[in-house]
Amino acid sequence: MSYIKKPNIFRSNAPKNELGMTYTDYEGAMSTLCAGCGHDSITGAIIQSVFDLNIPPHRMIKMSGIGCSSKTPAYFANQSHGFNSVHGRMPSVATGANAANKELFCIGVSGDGDTLSIGMGQFSHAIRRNVNMLYIIENNGVYGLTKGQFSASADVGSTAKKGEANKQVPIDPCQVAIALGATFVARSFSGDKDQLVPLLKAGLMHKGFAMVDVISPCVTFNDHEGSTKSYMSTRESKREAVYTDYIAPFNEIEVNYEKGSSIEVDLHDGGRVILRKTDESYSPQSRGDSVKNIRAASEEGELLTGLLYIDESQQDFTDTENMIDEPLNSIDHETLCPGNQALKNLLDSYR
Amino acid sequence: MSAPSNNDFTVKFANVNGTGSSSANGMFMKSIFRMGIPVVGKNYFPSNIQGLPTWYEVRANENGYLAPSGSVDIMVAMNAQTYDEDLNAIEPGGYLIYDSSWPREALMARDDITVFGVPLAKMCNEAFDTARARTLMKNTTYVGVLAALLEMDMKVIEQLLLDTFGSKTHLIDANKQALEMGFDYAQENFDCPLPFKAIATDKTKDHFIIDGNATSALGCVYAGATVGSWYPITPSTSLMDAFSRYCAAYRVDEKTKKNNYSVIQAEDELAAIGMALGAGWNGARSFTPTSGPGISLMNEFIGFGYYAEIPTVIFDVQRTGPSTGMPTRTQQCDILSCAYASHGDTKHVCLYPANPEEAFYLSAEAFDIAEQLQTPVFVLTDLDIGMNDWMVKDLAWDDKYKPNRGKVLDAATLEDMEQFHRYLDSDGDGIPYRTIPGVHPKGAYFTRGSGHNKFGGYTEDADEYQDVVDRLLIKWESAKSIVPSPIKEFKKKNKMAILSIGSCDDAIREARDVMSKDGNDFNYLRVRAFPFSKEIEEFIDAHEKVFVIEQNRDGQLLKLLKTETSCNISKLKSIRLYNGIPIFSKDVVEKIMNEISSGKAA
Repeated sequence: MSYIKKPNIFRSNAPKNELGMTYTDYEGAMSTLCAGCGHDSITGAIIQSVFDLNIPPHRMIKMSGIGCSSKTPAYFANQSHGFNSVHGRMPSVATGANAANKELFCIGVSGDGDTLSIGMGQFSHAIRRNVNMLYIIENNGVYGLTKGQFSASADVGSTAKKGEANKQVPIDPCQVAIALGATFVARSFSGDKDQLVPLLKAGLMHKGFAMVDVISPCVTFNDHEGSTKSYMSTRESKREAVYTDYIAPFNEIEVNYEKGSSIEVDLHDGGRVILRKTDESYSPQSRGDSVKNIRAASEEGELLTGLLYIDESQQDFTDTENMIDEPLNSIDHETLCPGNQALKNLLDSYR
Repeated sequence: MSAPSNNDFTVKFANVNGTGSSSANGMFMKSIFRMGIPVVGKNYFPSNIQGLPTWYEVRANENGYLAPSGSVDIMVAMNAQTYDEDLNAIEPGGYLIYDSSWPREALMARDDITVFGVPLAKMCNEAFDTARARTLMKNTTYVGVLAALLEMDMKVIEQLLLDTFGSKTHLIDANKQALEMGFDYAQENFDCPLPFKAIATDKTKDHFIIDGNATSALGCVYAGATVGSWYPITPSTSLMDAFSRYCAAYRVDEKTKKNNYSVIQAEDELAAIGMALGAGWNGARSFTPTSGPGISLMNEFIGFGYYAEIPTVIFDVQRTGPSTGMPTRTQQCDILSCAYASHGDTKHVCLYPANPEEAFYLSAEAFDIAEQLQTPVFVLTDLDIGMNDWMVKDLAWDDKYKPNRGKVLDAATLEDMEQFHRYLDSDGDGIPYRTIPGVHPKGAYFTRGSGHNKFGGYTEDADEYQDVVDRLLIKWESAKSIVPSPIKEFKKKNKMAILSIGSCDDAIREARDVMSKDGNDFNYLRVRAFPFSKEIEEFIDAHEKVFVIEQNRDGQLLKLLKTETSCNISKLKSIRLYNGIPIFSKDVVEKIMNEISSGKAA
């Protein structure tokens, strides 16, 4: 990962968000990923989302682990602090950072290798704690940096570049997350920005752990015929189960949704998520239903996408900790230190 | 060891764990303390919840020597499984108390001790109704027996009962009854008091009884730590338990009833250290307590913290290794693994408190050091310091204390800056400036464990890489003047010295007095931090022979001295005591004297 600064290009007519910032202001260093890598499209979708949401970049932290996916926080939001941690253990760092200052927006970017193998434990426990963060899995079924080994999300029968077929059953992060009690679970495709951007926005505004599994083809090691995570295969197999729109606070809903087929969920920030189902019987607010539908689709060779499950009613990690409103990192020492008199009194109870 | 005398004796209790003996044993110890006699309690307990042997040893000593004596004057043998062992442990001329509800004279055969049979079970079965009370009160009854034998002040014990049980009058009544029952039985049946007894004095004024995990936790509270992450592991668990307890008392906002702290029980030590680093990076004072196996697991992240320069405090309450080892026994076996934790070229600041008093002050100081140096700092205690009951000098806190947050740039400074670079050594002390997320857009930088240059950018360039790791060495030199200096007792005339670390201190203090009486005077230096300051080298150089005393098999402190100082290493003689029991002064004396006499012979 070499670090190439992008040239500053000033365009007087570039659209600005409510903070007066342009899309470019949310960009990062030049990507050094392979040309055509799905991850770069996701980076673009992240930039679009935070631009639209008017998030001040310095109020945002970018966390990652190790792998191609984990490089991407360098490619957006130059004015945000980034933390490229160790393999699979970004969730713990994000948890600690969240404890120190719960006001910051936290974007975690991981991959299938980083999350579903060494990271499985920390991923599960970040869900269990409902840490308030957007957790993106850039899922390509393959280890890119070490040149093409199968990852834990590779489908049975999917072939490697040299033809060898994967024999082990895949771990589906969406099914796992829902089963573990996750409060926001979505799946998308790096090639479908229209679907991905509203999901990322809703995930960022969700209070709690929002996981978005994004199929993001590896053009170098996993984009051939026989791979189930190639661009072509993903385009063919994906089926959007729940169309998702994110409506910002104070914005009117402009589209008329057909009654019965759409669900409106209020988010903590005052925004709303509108869910439109393609299948009447599917409820993205029922854990059992969601897993059943994802499994059934998978057995048919289909990849179910959209906001597959949402529960906005749960407490997040800092609520469960009964943490004070003020960020812990800014409480003054006078408040934190009980002082010498309290110490004297305490010692008396040990005599 | 010298024969027991008034206010100088050791009582050992042999119990079965899970029978509630610890509160009675603690009551005995605290009563001695309240009588003004210096006292220490050592707990030898199994890694088990119920049913295995456990011992508690109380040493009263008017001189205030707080290491275990290594000899037993009175054994209270309450565990039939260990009668043989317990019988053998008693010094000739000593005493044995046992439950004679089931007479075992044959087993108790030793003609050089006095055996006191007390029908504890029988007495308690008659006096109490419930099975639980019958079990528990046996313990209080033997305290009554001891009170009579040692002529203890019963009023002190009764007051302690009132203070302990407060409004639970049924417990006070039952304990009082049991106490008197034991006292009366001993008065009627044995020759009371013994030739040595407990006589009230005033040697415990301005002291209190506490364990080092509690004082370490207090240090965290007073230093202003807000995020503690941990995974339960003996013997460090009670550190976080204590932190939670103190926070519940001192850190809950009165108006909102919300916490201005966060204690996170992690899924494992890998996550515990990740959380501590995440919080430290994000501007909170953070810490994680663990023991040796936890340090092994944390290694990768510790190297990350070193290279990415993130402050946090790691407590290693050392236990016996290697591997799982003996989780409930003490050792100083992680000196090397902490000093050099993680792959690549890494070395870490380590602090080595000797007792609970110092654990309080050094644990608070660790947070200042970590933030000043922007690096993980280890506080190495051990099971003996962390879990045993120590008599500790009253702690005091300077209310004028302001946390030293190190070189952190605030929003105003950043606003005025052209550009911020994270790893630039602008002051020449190897310590760069850092920023806290969320403060100012100009403060943003990328934290990474991969190669980076002084500006904070990713690099694979040979010179840029080396520039940063070499600057870390400059920081390491700066650390030497920031860490606490060693404790030294030096007289120019003495040619020999003892150099040691941590909880060896009390045994050494006593051993020096003993050897001094025989005309062998030793200077003494106790290392309190790594990196070693110049003072340590000079101390070694000023002597002909220096005995390095430590509690591990391989002489880890000695190895560290050899590697990290330029002293004449042929002067260093290693003395290692590492069986998992806190060290005895008599062993220190014996080892040193053997070494000296063998040196003379050669």
